[in-house]
Amino acid sequence: MERSPPQSPGPGKAGDAPNRRSGHVRGARVLSPPGRRARLSSPGPSRSSEAREELRSRLLGLIERSRVVIFSKSYCPHSTRVKELFSSLGVECNVLELDQVDDGARVQEVLSEITNQKTVPNIFVNKVHVGGCDQTFQAYQSGLLQKLLQEDSAYDYDLIIIGGGSGGLSCAKEAAILGKKVMVLDFVVPSPQGTSWGLGGTCVNVGCIPKKLMHQAALLGQALCDSRKFGWEYNQQVRHNWETMTKAIQNHISSLNWGYRLSLREKAVAYVNSYGEFVEHHKIKATNKKGQETYYTAAQFVIATGERPRYLGIQGDKEYCITSDDLFSLPYCPGKTLVVGASYVALECAGFLAGFGLDVTVMVRSILLRGFDQEMAEKVGSYMEQHGVKFLRKFIPVMVQQLEKGSPGKLKVLAKSTEGTETIEGVYNTVLLAIGRDSCTRKIGLEKIGVKINEKSGKIPVNDVEQTNVPYVYAVGDILEDKPELTPVAIQSGKLLARRLFGASLEKCDYINVPTTVFTPLEYGCCGLSEEKAIEVYKKENLEIYHTLFWPLEWTVAGRENNTCYAKIICNKFDRDRVIGFHILGPNAGEVTQGFAAAMKCGLTKQLLDDTIGIHPTCGEVFTTLEITKSSGLDITQKGCG
Amino acid sequence: MAAMAVALRGLGGRFRWRTQAVVGGVRGAARAGQRDYDLLVVGGGSGGLACAKEAAQLGRKVAVVDYVEPSPQGTRWGLGGTCVNVGCIPKKLMHQAALLGGLIQDAPNYGWEVAQPVPHDWRKMAEAVQNHVKSLNWGHRVQLQDRKVKYFNIKASFVDEHTVCGVAKGGKEILLSADHIIIATGGRPRYPTHIEGALEYGITSDDIFWLKESPGKTWHPTDVALECAGFLTGIGLDTTIMMRSIPLRGFDQQMSSMVIEHMASHGTRFLRGCAPSRVRRLPVGQLQVTWEDRTTGKEDTGTFDTVLWAIGRVPDTRSLNLEKAGVDTSPDTQKILVDSREATSVPHIYAVGDVVEGRPELTPTAIMAGRLLVQRLFGGSSDLMDYDNVPTTVFTPLEYGCVGLSEEEAVARHGQEHVEVYHAHYKPLEFTVAGRDASQCYVKMVCLREPPQLVLGLHFLGPNAGEVTQGFALGIKCGASYAQVMRTVGIHPTCSEEVVKLRISKRSGLDPTVTGC
Repeated sequence: MERSPPQSPGPGKAGDAPNRRSGHVRGARVLSPPGRRARLSSPGPSRSSEAREELRSRLLGLIERSRVVIFSKSYCPHSTRVKELFSSLGVECNVLELDQVDDGARVQEVLSEITNQKTVPNIFVNKVHVGGCDQTFQAYQSGLLQKLLQEDSAYDYDLIIIGGGSGGLSCAKEAAILGKKVMVLDFVVPSPQGTSWGLGGTCVNVGCIPKKLMHQAALLGQALCDSRKFGWEYNQQVRHNWETMTKAIQNHISSLNWGYRLSLREKAVAYVNSYGEFVEHHKIKATNKKGQETYYTAAQFVIATGERPRYLGIQGDKEYCITSDDLFSLPYCPGKTLVVGASYVALECAGFLAGFGLDVTVMVRSILLRGFDQEMAEKVGSYMEQHGVKFLRKFIPVMVQQLEKGSPGKLKVLAKSTEGTETIEGVYNTVLLAIGRDSCTRKIGLEKIGVKINEKSGKIPVNDVEQTNVPYVYAVGDILEDKPELTPVAIQSGKLLARRLFGASLEKCDYINVPTTVFTPLEYGCCGLSEEKAIEVYKKENLEIYHTLFWPLEWTVAGRENNTCYAKIICNKFDRDRVIGFHILGPNAGEVTQGFAAAMKCGLTKQLLDDTIGIHPTCGEVFTTLEITKSSGLDITQKGCG
Repeated sequence: MAAMAVALRGLGGRFRWRTQAVVGGVRGAARAGQRDYDLLVVGGGSGGLACAKEAAQLGRKVAVVDYVEPSPQGTRWGLGGTCVNVGCIPKKLMHQAALLGGLIQDAPNYGWEVAQPVPHDWRKMAEAVQNHVKSLNWGHRVQLQDRKVKYFNIKASFVDEHTVCGVAKGGKEILLSADHIIIATGGRPRYPTHIEGALEYGITSDDIFWLKESPGKTWHPTDVALECAGFLTGIGLDTTIMMRSIPLRGFDQQMSSMVIEHMASHGTRFLRGCAPSRVRRLPVGQLQVTWEDRTTGKEDTGTFDTVLWAIGRVPDTRSLNLEKAGVDTSPDTQKILVDSREATSVPHIYAVGDVVEGRPELTPTAIMAGRLLVQRLFGGSSDLMDYDNVPTTVFTPLEYGCVGLSEEEAVARHGQEHVEVYHAHYKPLEFTVAGRDASQCYVKMVCLREPPQLVLGLHFLGPNAGEVTQGFALGIKCGASYAQVMRTVGIHPTCSEEVVKLRISKRSGLDPTVTGC
């Protein structure tokens, strides 16, 4: 046994405590408790959080500066094994024996906040949290540990991000702001129809942005009808021009693509328009359009490759069908369209296409908007049906044939019933598949470095700090298992991840009560639990559900239907009627829902809703006057106006 | 010429407070237990009707008296008060008409082949709006009937502290007595009677929504109601606003000036620091307005079809004979003085809504205050109305929603060094393709500076501000901190997500323009 020379316990210096047993490992140094000094100088309870903060930053400082840190307990056999492992590798470690320092329990607490691991030993190698004893030995066997032990400077980058979508870009920018050397690899594999796009990922190019703009175009069609009732005079039949709209939308998207390029450049993030795949630990191969290969290494990686639309796997689907990847830049009006699927993508696309006056049919295998509140989903569907969208329920396509080429051409679709042997046939100009999306995780060499994916879904399981099973590899966005597939979630988690990795922040992404809105012709906004989920979690008898139909003021004069818009909240009776589910079907549902989501973060209750004054006349105000419970069975239709 | 008709009608208009026949000898006629009603509500607007319906629901015998004194221009309307007839409802509908005009202009950018410009027909809009209002009047009547609330279309004044005398249209008088009386008579637009021609030729918000013909080129001397000018401009009328001093007094001044900036850039003319001195009818029928520029002292004139006064409101208390009941009013404002339980100087007489001193003049406030009052009176409740953090929205062309403190008020209460203001200039997604200017789309959140940075106020300027603000008002009511709001995930792509993305503080001096996605 030997002891390292005593050092001052100030930040950044790891010294040993006198009269304490040193570690068991040759070359190891025992550290004084980093929090001790803070505690001595700030005894008051009011300053305990400050002291904790100081302890945390000392721990992070220690991790930052040490090649290897082992948080250990002197009597723990697993700790001993790890210490012996490093000793056998001839690596000098900083060892902190938590049972031998005054603040051991608090260190362990703070550590579990940082790493989400409550047990010892807890090992860091070159700032990377390796995990406990088993993980360390696994890493040793896979060669990862040896890689980690190499100096940081050996890598080309501090962080390489694969995927330049919402999550990847937010993470890249944040890491760059924190002074790190960052690279983003982004490459759009063209769709089977040959569509590709620029930097920014799904949301900007083939998702939220063009979708909302086309939704807006459809709403304008409705506004034009309404406007006659409000005194605007024009007699001509107003036609919609697909090319004009698409060109305007694509111009906007190009400006966004350009903006992303610019902001990466401003922050000195290296952007490479190449396809990235892992070839070995800490090393990826980047292949550009011309097939040229380049290799890059980095200390840490973030996978943010997102998802792409799924195909049916039937005859003719890849040849003749389009997906949302193609629709928004389609150079010609799609004409009579069959939309296959009942996801929000399917319903949104069907909604705006019908809004342009096109003949639209939606083919649904089972339920609408799986995962969403089913009462709301059915209302979304029935509004669409009343507004001209046809639904073919319980059918799946089995074959797509081209009858005529053209822009658009003519396709024959053969479909069969999911319940019997019945088959039907239809002729459409365009068939749009929106049956789901697949994670882009199977062709990026994850198996080469041992990153686990869910074999069935292709999604990547991560812990609550977005870390995969390989400690230096993280993941954000739509590819995460059991996390919402939403742009703002990806942005938030990417940003917070960068702050935790490089900014000494502890804040984790909060995936609870994430609000969202489906931009169907009648918009549907929600936050928290669906009624089904709430019943499953809390049991029906413990819930009180308040609901009402309402008639937006603007709809009255426009002569649009009453008793169509609907508001519902789900309250937990045994938690002071806390609102656990918020649902609204009506115009501007997204704008309405956002603030209520913030209120739910702050513990919104029914009482608080009742106590809040409405803004008159808006749709949002209905939530401040909800009186009728579902259990009462009372009539919620509006007669005239309240 | 359209507006000529308006003004001509005005010539025949009369504006006189009906002198009240004081009925003698009825004092003390009704004693407790023998009185006609448990509750008598004077005024059938938002607050009054809410009180009446709530009390009826609690099983009480209730009467409502309501009477609309015609405006000086002769405009009258049905049951429901200001909000329904000459306030929020017709205003928001005409605002919507103007918004639709903007959307028609957007439409070609989104592929709709509409030949521009599209003309607007005032008559058609007004008729549609008025029909809706009439259906609401009817709805209120039916609701009272359903709840067995007795409704009298009479003009009421106090005889004693439990008795009210009502005069019907034909002059017939009736006496009504009640154990509890709630005064909810609201207010009416103020006329600048010292200005020559103001009363004869000018109209107010009491008239504008009921005009059969377009008001044509209009002129508003106003420091409060920008909304009318906004929708008139929006439907293509030449509109000028004259302001003596600052717009939207009491609101956040940065936001107010941005509202004005937006209106000015969309065609509303502003004459600032000017005061009108007289209105004259020209031989051609138009109105000539003369005003003095306060800064230069010079006099100037302009010709308009319509002059709309929007210089504030006066409470409708003068004809109530409040002194007979002993109800105190403020000598300055003539508004009724009440305590936190809405009780006046006479314990069983209460007041709610715009007629009350020091309350926000908002429909939902009146409704809630009324309902809570009745629940305390008859429902065994002790809940008081909380007038803090009342959210509201100004439906100017670019809507302005707010809740909580203005920046000035926050600084005044807590001191500059304790206040942190987060702000952002954003561009609504729909504006991009439409090629609209978003210079005034702006959001700011006023917080305490010390962690956890409690939110004191939220101010939002942009489309659908009312819808955006409502939920956040709840958040503020829940005691939201800046950190909690920031932990809320945005809804993409909306305007309201800008609120949960506010990262730039004013103090930092950084550019608050939102770029990218």
